[in-house]
Amino acid sequence: MQSAVLFKNVSRHYGEVRAVHAVDLEVRAGEFFAMLGPSGSGKTTSLRLIAGFEQPTSGHIEIFGETAEGVPPYRRNVNTVFQDYALFPHMSVRDNVAYGLMIAGMGRKARYAKAEEALELVRLPGYGDRAPAALSGGQRQRVALARALVNEPKVLLLDEPLGALDLKLREQMQEELKSLQKSLGITFIFVTHDQGEALSMADRVAVFDHGKIQQVGTPQDIYQRPDTPFVADFVGSSNVLPADMVLELTGHHAAASLRPEAIRIGAEEKHAATVAGASYIGAVTRVSLNFRQMQLSALVPAGVAVPETGETVSIGWDREALHLMERGS
Amino acid sequence: MSLSVMENPAILAPKPGFLARFSDLLWRRPSVLLAVLLGPPVLWLGVVYLGSLFALLIQSFFSIDEFTGLIQYRFTLKTYGELLQPVNLDIILRTVAMAASVTLAAVVVGFPVAYYAARYARGRWKALFYLGIMLPLWSSYLVKVYAWKLILAKEGILTWGLSKIGLMPLLEAILSIPVIGGNSLSVSYIGTFLVFLYVWLPFMILPMQAAMERVPVSLLEASADQGAEPVQTLRHVLLPLALPGVVAGSIFTFSLTLGDYIIPQIVGSSRLFIGQAVYAHQGTAGNIPLAAAFTVVPIVIMGFYLWGAKRLGAFDAL
Repeated sequence: MQSAVLFKNVSRHYGEVRAVHAVDLEVRAGEFFAMLGPSGSGKTTSLRLIAGFEQPTSGHIEIFGETAEGVPPYRRNVNTVFQDYALFPHMSVRDNVAYGLMIAGMGRKARYAKAEEALELVRLPGYGDRAPAALSGGQRQRVALARALVNEPKVLLLDEPLGALDLKLREQMQEELKSLQKSLGITFIFVTHDQGEALSMADRVAVFDHGKIQQVGTPQDIYQRPDTPFVADFVGSSNVLPADMVLELTGHHAAASLRPEAIRIGAEEKHAATVAGASYIGAVTRVSLNFRQMQLSALVPAGVAVPETGETVSIGWDREALHLMERGS
Repeated sequence: MSLSVMENPAILAPKPGFLARFSDLLWRRPSVLLAVLLGPPVLWLGVVYLGSLFALLIQSFFSIDEFTGLIQYRFTLKTYGELLQPVNLDIILRTVAMAASVTLAAVVVGFPVAYYAARYARGRWKALFYLGIMLPLWSSYLVKVYAWKLILAKEGILTWGLSKIGLMPLLEAILSIPVIGGNSLSVSYIGTFLVFLYVWLPFMILPMQAAMERVPVSLLEASADQGAEPVQTLRHVLLPLALPGVVAGSIFTFSLTLGDYIIPQIVGSSRLFIGQAVYAHQGTAGNIPLAAAFTVVPIVIMGFYLWGAKRLGAFDAL
């Protein structure tokens, strides 16, 4: 399958700071790809390298097989939904959406018709006359999406577009974005620091840390079989057991991840731990356990008795739940 | 450290003294605070400044008795009629043309500087920018104007420098242009224009820079992302959003040029500008009504200018 975006050994340094360092990456045509990582991990810089707002310090970037480094943003058939939406405040919603078409030289009538179509696509029909300032955050987000989609780009870039929305709207937009991507078949590249968002929306996820990619894979890969302790901790909030402890438990010398929901608390289990605290988070209760020299986090489903703080309990897990990480340990 | 929250009072006792009680009063009644803060400036602006302006305007509706030279305190439009005499109309048109060209040139010259300062200058370079823009304002206006007279004079450094690099024919060609040319730069309209431009340029750059600073970079990126080349981004995004700053700056340069009477007196041809006419009529000629009528002209022009700017949507982005 053709790749939509290809990074070959791409670096973007600002003096001493390595925002992106020696990254190899392939995004396939037509996929929903998420770039996940904490702030400063290089995910946004990577997105800006694809958009053309940044140029790589070294390395090679291809967009649908064509060399992209040195090409200005206005000559890339790539559109961006900005984190702050970046709607032009002096134009109506219609003129915002039709902006790219106007620049491309399309006549007023034709571009307004296409803008209205795009507004219908994002379920804002008839909003063309309004000013961006008169819209809610969620509506502005849709207008930004319409403005990007109306140009029919080869790749659509989304820079944390849901960050400013409240939880309910966020979940709704996640659904909509996903179905929109499926129906349009455009390659979506989505930057987020929210692992839940990345896992639920993307076909594949790249996890960034310190300017490098830690792991690329399907959400299942990333969540169940993390390559490095960082991925285990950041993506699944997994417990990362140090190599020495794993050696004692299993006989293998490697760090291992143990997801909180895999830990069972019950009388029949074989390891002893003390309860350090518990916090109620709705469907589950998160219990902190002191186990040997480390703190483990376990999830107790609602309806099951939560042990008291200070109580000594027995804990256990299935052998397969302990995922060994050869890399990075 | 041990915290003893239990012994702390929930409400603190008021501090003694008048000032503490006054602070409490201001907190409870914000309108009192507003009155205290705004009272003096409103009195100053409203009574002293606007009042004297109003007194001046009233004068423009009086007229002067041509035989006795005394002011007749009867309302009449005769003085305004005098403004339309060819000699006075010339003065008005000359001044407006000069103010318009100075404003236009200040936008063209100032825009790149303001753009650089707003978009690229950081830290030390920004400080240098402010210093560079403000420094000329710290020295006396008269000193600067006389310095320019020396620079532009026939035996001045500019002529000398141009002759050294063999560009005298160019200078002579420019000076031979009718109306705006002259014997030397210091006695031509070009000279007056250059000095006006120099003296008022900071007042154009600073508001433009402030306006452009408020334009988020992401808007310029979004425009490029949508396929707009830099010139198109300038035309469709940056200029419209910087327009309030340009208009603010042009209000300064335009009105300051309209009212100035010193620069055209020192540098330029001896033909009069509005400011000089006002100066002459209220002084030696003793024709206060005509001087007042001349003063009304810039006010009316600025009124129309602002009305036009608003019609064009210059303030929509505010």
